[in-house]
Amino acid sequence: MRRLIKADALREILLPLGRMAIFVLGAGALLSVVMVVLSLLFRGSGADKLLQTTQGVNIFTYTMANLPQVLIDGVTLGFVYAAIALGYTMVYGVLEFINFAHSEIFALGAFAGVEFLIILDQTGVLKTAGGMSPYLYLVLALIVSMAASGGTAVFIERVAYRPLRNAPRLVPLISAIGVSFALQDIIRLTESLTTGQFYRVIPTFGNFDDRIPLFSIPTGGAPIRVDIQVKSLVVIAAAMFMLVGLNYIVNATRIGKAIRSVAQDRNTAAIMGIGVNGIISFTFLLGGSLGGAAGVLYALKFTRIDPFVGFMPGMKAFTAAVLGGIGNLTGALLGGIVLGMLESFAGAYLGTFTMGNFGSEYKDILAFLILIIVIIFRPSGLLGEQVSQKA
Amino acid sequence: MRNRAVWIMAALLAIGLLLAGCGGKKEQVIKIATQSPLSGGMSAVGTDIKNGAQLAIEQLSGPLTAMGFKVELAAFDDQGNPDTGVANAKNIVSDPAILVIVGHYNSGVQIPSSEEYHAAGLANVSPANTNPRVTERGYLEVSRICGRDDVQGAVGAQFASTKGIKSAYVLHDKTAYGQGIAEYFKRESEKLGIKILGFEGTEEKANFDSILTPILASKPETIYFGGMFDQAAVLFKQARQKGYMGMFLSDDGFDSSDAAKIGGDILLQGAGTFFSTVAGPAAAYPGTAKFQADFKAKFGAEPQPFAAQSYDSAAIALKAIENAAIAAGKKMPARPDVAKAVRALKDFPGITGTFTFNSKGDLEKAKYFIIQVTSGDPAKWSENKIDKILDIAPPQ
Repeated sequence: MRRLIKADALREILLPLGRMAIFVLGAGALLSVVMVVLSLLFRGSGADKLLQTTQGVNIFTYTMANLPQVLIDGVTLGFVYAAIALGYTMVYGVLEFINFAHSEIFALGAFAGVEFLIILDQTGVLKTAGGMSPYLYLVLALIVSMAASGGTAVFIERVAYRPLRNAPRLVPLISAIGVSFALQDIIRLTESLTTGQFYRVIPTFGNFDDRIPLFSIPTGGAPIRVDIQVKSLVVIAAAMFMLVGLNYIVNATRIGKAIRSVAQDRNTAAIMGIGVNGIISFTFLLGGSLGGAAGVLYALKFTRIDPFVGFMPGMKAFTAAVLGGIGNLTGALLGGIVLGMLESFAGAYLGTFTMGNFGSEYKDILAFLILIIVIIFRPSGLLGEQVSQKA
Repeated sequence: MRNRAVWIMAALLAIGLLLAGCGGKKEQVIKIATQSPLSGGMSAVGTDIKNGAQLAIEQLSGPLTAMGFKVELAAFDDQGNPDTGVANAKNIVSDPAILVIVGHYNSGVQIPSSEEYHAAGLANVSPANTNPRVTERGYLEVSRICGRDDVQGAVGAQFASTKGIKSAYVLHDKTAYGQGIAEYFKRESEKLGIKILGFEGTEEKANFDSILTPILASKPETIYFGGMFDQAAVLFKQARQKGYMGMFLSDDGFDSSDAAKIGGDILLQGAGTFFSTVAGPAAAYPGTAKFQADFKAKFGAEPQPFAAQSYDSAAIALKAIENAAIAAGKKMPARPDVAKAVRALKDFPGITGTFTFNSKGDLEKAKYFIIQVTSGDPAKWSENKIDKILDIAPPQ
């Protein structure tokens, strides 16, 4: 029995890692091939000629030279989306409703972590931190934000969702939208009362802003350097760690089994002696703390946050959850990575290929267009709602 | 439940009556309204536009008080949002005590809001709106005491050219203001032989990764951003972190100490960060020393850009109301008379210059500045180095 559990545990750690690798490589390879084919098709077009005159490279070289950086940015963004999307998908799996306040849970986590780091910065410990200690502080900030966000998520569930659990489906949805607005303005109010600021900027510390050069690509003019920022690596690593951890909890522990059983049939689970309310609270705790940690990672990557910071990432993560198949953990991971990649590709190439007629501001349109197409042909998402696996 | 609601209503009514009763003595109230973003991302500058006007009303309303008027400030929060601005404008227009509006901060908000002022014959003195359309519509009611973007964009391009810049990538925020100035920058740059490698609008506020990829690949010598600091500073920071070492160039929307808070020392690296503006730092105006001291004593911080311009706008408003009131026999003047009185001012001495309006509502000659960011510390924003000061008449 004991050996069985151990083997099971190992499997639940390796399996999601394998899936991540497949999703990243698959999505990356697919989009790269599409881009290469497109760039070959566009040879000799107006866009190609424009590139030749302004930058002295043809469109194929241009596409290839930018590809590695686009992939790196896409993967980073994808993991952030995936970490947020898990919050939507877990709650949907258990309660079958969309927790629209999750984007504000994310913003709250970002604020908690950033304020914590700002306080550390004011005491001066961040400036002198060397070696591995910046990572320790980042982990502390992540823990603070997870506690704040997880706690808030549990509180919201207790106050705003539990009383409505047996109401018609739309009622808790509207309650969630209300909570979302309330949280935004509570953050705004708290910030303007305490610091008087609208924007908060994460302090610069450690070596997170350094770039690790990977390789350089010779083009017509100066070579294009491809590098990855330390903080991108940190974001990817932390998100992967959290995703694997969550997968482990849901699929290989007793409480995970309870979550899955509540997701399948709440009443039967209650008959079997599972405390349904407790399990639902725990689900919110898990989803909320993941969202909060994602908030800190987002702030680390993009440096500046404001009380409305949650809206767009929240929207995208929700889309990612639907794209992958809402209620499905693996689906959220796939959806996040695909959406992040799509956005990165569209943002980088759209302007060049349309000769500036559709700039990178149209990247979201392209991403959502693909979502619509996927939903038309696969209404339950790429991976579908796997009931046995939903959590 | 119902009973309680009735009680609450009754209590509110009683309080309302009590407050109304306090009015007591009959004193004619004249209000000067301000419209600027008091909340949200641009509130740092917007609040000081309100504060500048407030200080002017406190210090300069003496002549009107002597005539038996009580001058008040009515501050409105336009949130930097055209819809809110227009909704506020409707409220402002319906309050007969308001005779002049000082505002806005964003041209994109001023242009639709001033349609309401125009319809009501209500004067609007703008301290900060630089889009040409603000005055090009030829409304008698709308005047401004700052420069225009068609000149400012060109000034930016000429500056880049004198720095020996040969290629530029132009971004804007898709607002009337940002896109407008970016287009003027582009036009003048092409005239001066600067190659424009790209021209793009974006509403992105956080993740500039995918926008930066084509920019960095095309290796421009400068990145120009037409828009506000809240996007520009983040964009510049991420570009530097990705290894871009060229020059950053922006416009008067960049002029806020929050830009240094976001960008920090990164703005000083490489070829540095410059911006053109129509409102120079205090050091550019000898007359502002007292204003700065008073402002700091009252509000506890250095004034943000445009606070002094707002002070002057309110001063112009007060003077115009005074002249119109005298003409009306020391009675409450009509709105159109106030609007005419604003335009009739000749060589009005303000703290940031001497103001005479032309027939469109532009200044006969406006000042333009090129400023170099010299410190990553927000507290030292007003000490940034003035690279150039130009006096240019608006195009006819």
